[in-house]
Amino acid sequence: MCLGVPARIEAITGSEAKVVMGGIELRASLDLLDDAKVGDYVLVHAGFAIQKVDEEEANKTLELLKELGMG
Amino acid sequence: MKFISEYRDGKQIREFSELIHKVSKKNICIMEVCGSHTMAIHRFGIKNLLPANIKLISGPGCPVCVTAIDYIDKAVAISKIQDTIITTFGDLIKVPGSYSSLEKEKARGSDIRMVYSILESLDIAKANPDKKIVFLAIGFETTTPATAAGILKAEELKLNNFLVLCSHKIMPPPMEAIIEEGIKVDGFLAPGHVSVISGIEMYRFISEKFHKGVVVAGFEPMDILQSVYMLVQQLENNTPKVEIQYSRVVKPEGNPKARLAVDTVFETTDANWRGLGIIPKSALKIKSAFAQFDAEKVFNIKIEELKGSKGCICGQVLKGLKPPSDCKLFGKVCTPENPTGACMVSSEGACNVFYRFGI
Repeated sequence: MCLGVPARIEAITGSEAKVVMGGIELRASLDLLDDAKVGDYVLVHAGFAIQKVDEEEANKTLELLKELGMG
Repeated sequence: MKFISEYRDGKQIREFSELIHKVSKKNICIMEVCGSHTMAIHRFGIKNLLPANIKLISGPGCPVCVTAIDYIDKAVAISKIQDTIITTFGDLIKVPGSYSSLEKEKARGSDIRMVYSILESLDIAKANPDKKIVFLAIGFETTTPATAAGILKAEELKLNNFLVLCSHKIMPPPMEAIIEEGIKVDGFLAPGHVSVISGIEMYRFISEKFHKGVVVAGFEPMDILQSVYMLVQQLENNTPKVEIQYSRVVKPEGNPKARLAVDTVFETTDANWRGLGIIPKSALKIKSAFAQFDAEKVFNIKIEELKGSKGCICGQVLKGLKPPSDCKLFGKVCTPENPTGACMVSSEGACNVFYRFGI
């Protein structure tokens, strides 16, 4: 139930964003998030953007194997 | 999909599996607290990628599964009141109460609608001013801010026909209850999306007081294997601590704006968890300043004596004491089409997951 899906903000009107996840367009409220802007990836849960996805951190996770001498 | 497919790379997943095999020596038991983790672990076959000395057990983090039976009975009772529309997440609709379920009441003519968001409930309230709209609010820290924002929006819009039947719960108290009960857990895969909101300080007592490891984990196969690897490192080196694997969305401080909305609308209360009993300060209730939106107060529902399901071991499954396969009803009397207990209803319930993906 705590499912959250990363989606890209395509447009913002007031406190509502049009987001796209896997080709599907949805609306998401920005009431719970500061500083979201068009082009940002946000985590969407139950119709609300609840966090921005941090691209730098996302890449760190993928780099970890290399650091460990694997990959 | 960006931020999903790159964490499902087969080659890297196999390499992580090899790494864990190499460094893991001790027999350890890891509890995945969140129902979404239970589903991901079975869906992606994670258990087959781990050495035999690492045991994964499911915990109490499926909101539908831990919702007390009297909550369903209240929702059923409200659905029978004239000019009332129940709005609910789809997961809840099949959960058996003492005498009925929302699905059965819908078939009998009650107006029960599935929604994806509380915002849809507000739209339904706006479109039906002569009816009372009741949103069934269940879920953990991830979902509570949305409910809080919905109630604040209803206040702003001066909606006087919108109500919430609240059964929101908080994650750390049942984790503590499980440890206090003496259930053997060495480390936790902590719920990623709960932590997006709450941050990680709330888990600190687990490592400091109980010396168990905690890794806040994401939900893709690479995330889960990496989190298991981090826990293995902690436990092999006897350095239990709280770490974040899912750092692309989990910040140590969480989401303060979302928490402010929750603190504005809700306060903590004791709650009955299915299988775990009463846990102090483990749930949220609507503050009296927002009583006009509280279905519990507006309807003042009295329900009949509770009737449990005979033979169902959901309670022990939720505590990680028994796997679903130990239940005599599993797969015979109790199936996703005809569930006896809540753990077979939700797509994240351990019984449902075991049934669909195999044991």
